[in-house]
Amino acid sequence: MSENTAGIATDEKIHDGNYSSKIKAHTSPADKAVTLVIYVLFSLYSLICIYPFYSIIINTISANDISANGEVFLYPKHIQFHNYIDVFKIPGLWNAAVVSVGRTVIGASLTVGTSAFLGFMFTQMDLWGRKFWYRYTVITMFFNAGVIPWYLTMRSLHLTNNFLAYILPAVVMPFYIILVKTFVESTPKELQQAASIDGAGTLTLFFKIMLPICKPILATVAIFAAVEQWNSFQDTLLLVTDNKLYSLQFILYNYINQASSISTLVNLQNAGSTAIQSLATKQTTTSIRMTVTIIVVAPILLIYPIFQRFFVKGIMIGAVKG
Amino acid sequence: MQARKISVKTTEITKFLYILPFMILLGVFAYYPLYGWVYAFFDYTPPIPLSQSPFVGLKWFHSLVENKVKIDQTLQVLKNTFGMSGLSLLFSWLPMMFAIFLTEIKAVRFRKFIQTVTTLPNFISWVLVYSLAFSMFSSEGIVNGLLKQIGLIHSPLLLLQNADHVWIMMWMWLTWKTLGWSAILYIAAIMSIDDSLYEAAYVDGATRMQVIWYVVIPSMIPTYFVLTMLQVASFLNNGLEQYFVFQNAFNKDSIQVLDLYVYNLAMGGGSYSVSVAISMLKSLISVVLLFSVNGMSKLLRGESIV
Repeated sequence: MSENTAGIATDEKIHDGNYSSKIKAHTSPADKAVTLVIYVLFSLYSLICIYPFYSIIINTISANDISANGEVFLYPKHIQFHNYIDVFKIPGLWNAAVVSVGRTVIGASLTVGTSAFLGFMFTQMDLWGRKFWYRYTVITMFFNAGVIPWYLTMRSLHLTNNFLAYILPAVVMPFYIILVKTFVESTPKELQQAASIDGAGTLTLFFKIMLPICKPILATVAIFAAVEQWNSFQDTLLLVTDNKLYSLQFILYNYINQASSISTLVNLQNAGSTAIQSLATKQTTTSIRMTVTIIVVAPILLIYPIFQRFFVKGIMIGAVKG
Repeated sequence: MQARKISVKTTEITKFLYILPFMILLGVFAYYPLYGWVYAFFDYTPPIPLSQSPFVGLKWFHSLVENKVKIDQTLQVLKNTFGMSGLSLLFSWLPMMFAIFLTEIKAVRFRKFIQTVTTLPNFISWVLVYSLAFSMFSSEGIVNGLLKQIGLIHSPLLLLQNADHVWIMMWMWLTWKTLGWSAILYIAAIMSIDDSLYEAAYVDGATRMQVIWYVVIPSMIPTYFVLTMLQVASFLNNGLEQYFVFQNAFNKDSIQVLDLYVYNLAMGGGSYSVSVAISMLKSLISVVLLFSVNGMSKLLRGESIV
């Protein structure tokens, strides 16, 4: 219990901002200078972190000829949304979006379910070989065979060009199991004892008692797992040649490296429907790349402000335990 | 008595049966690939099955150092790996400093804003980082457009094709992506510092810098130590994605770390056996590093980190 409360207490401190009062305000000129430098440096660094995103967004919604001249860097000019409409006409992009969303939803759900179940099971003292199986699980975080043996294994299991290749390896994730296990250990033992005296079996205990209690940590795990699936690129690179299974990340990577052929493609398609296309809405290679970038990054930008308060809490609970 | 013992055994076994499918899955994806190490001892070319490939013993390990060209190649890859991991290690105190000075900010909203904004890059993939880099710094990117617009340059700066400062550039991208996030662990450590230490320092008339130097930093050394040790243990594992997405014809020689080299050899050149040999050496060295670091930690602090 103590670990858990410590974690939450520290987190609340952040939100209330109490902890900076630990250091009493000094008003000497040197301290003021230090404060000023800290503020300036942090503001600059924040700008460096956020500006690339902002700059790409305003460029994709500005007229493409202005954007191509490098005139858009503070605010959008001649706002238009043609890029977004046209980019989705690129063959394969919708399909990749479906693959990415599919693997994120299915993969992350399985990861969360398994992490919850195994995290709970590893707290069960009467599990046969508990210590051994826990170590067997955790050690895989530090040790692996390498990329090529892994690729050869996947190939021999016929998981190349197979959607399951995105899902199956992600089912058991040791790090999340540790997080859940730590959380379960911090809940009162009496709860489980009382339930099992009332005749609850292992599965009832898990589904009826532990799962509802574990919600906060499972929210954290869900977010991490989903971000991981959404961002995954290496597995497509290694295992997939069938373009029906390409993910958005992979498509984006291809677009960055391909020559200007995509913009020609989009502009040709448009030429069919609208006879004359103005320079302002004509896609350039850059405008297409930027637009696809925004489409790939958008889900993260949208859910990030919501989930970041969860993960600070979750990771701190993990951190205090060490 | 006897009956009770047996029933205990059954619940133990039942519980094990619940986790068995997951243990099998882990076995298949984490342990079974170790079998692939045998490829390092055969002359394996993809269409021909391993059973018909000739056994060549340590030929592939030897091939890494068999002539001057190969030695140079191997050394270059090792140099890149050590260079880039070394740079990260050299600046491993940055997240700690970031956390210390961030907690010095008294305006709560401002501090929360910075914490939110600086952790954001950690959540995007390397492909997206590369795409941002490309949009900003390529010859037709925003920075070059801006510089041309204000007349500072006439021909675009080719920052991404530059082979001279690859290590620094890679370190900067890595730092941009991870700094804010890595600081969170240190912020947690600062939170757990006992208030009375601050009060004592304040009563003794310590300035802010003195409080940081004599109270905050010493309290964070254990966290720093553990994280740095783990970093040492994974010294050879730079990962593949970052270097893969940033590699191009110009910077190829100075960007190839071990992980990328292994990938390029196998997927680009079809030399599976050599790649597996390198992977295998790398994993073994990493395990040795992990255990030495763990042993060192036990010796110095009486606490193991793994």
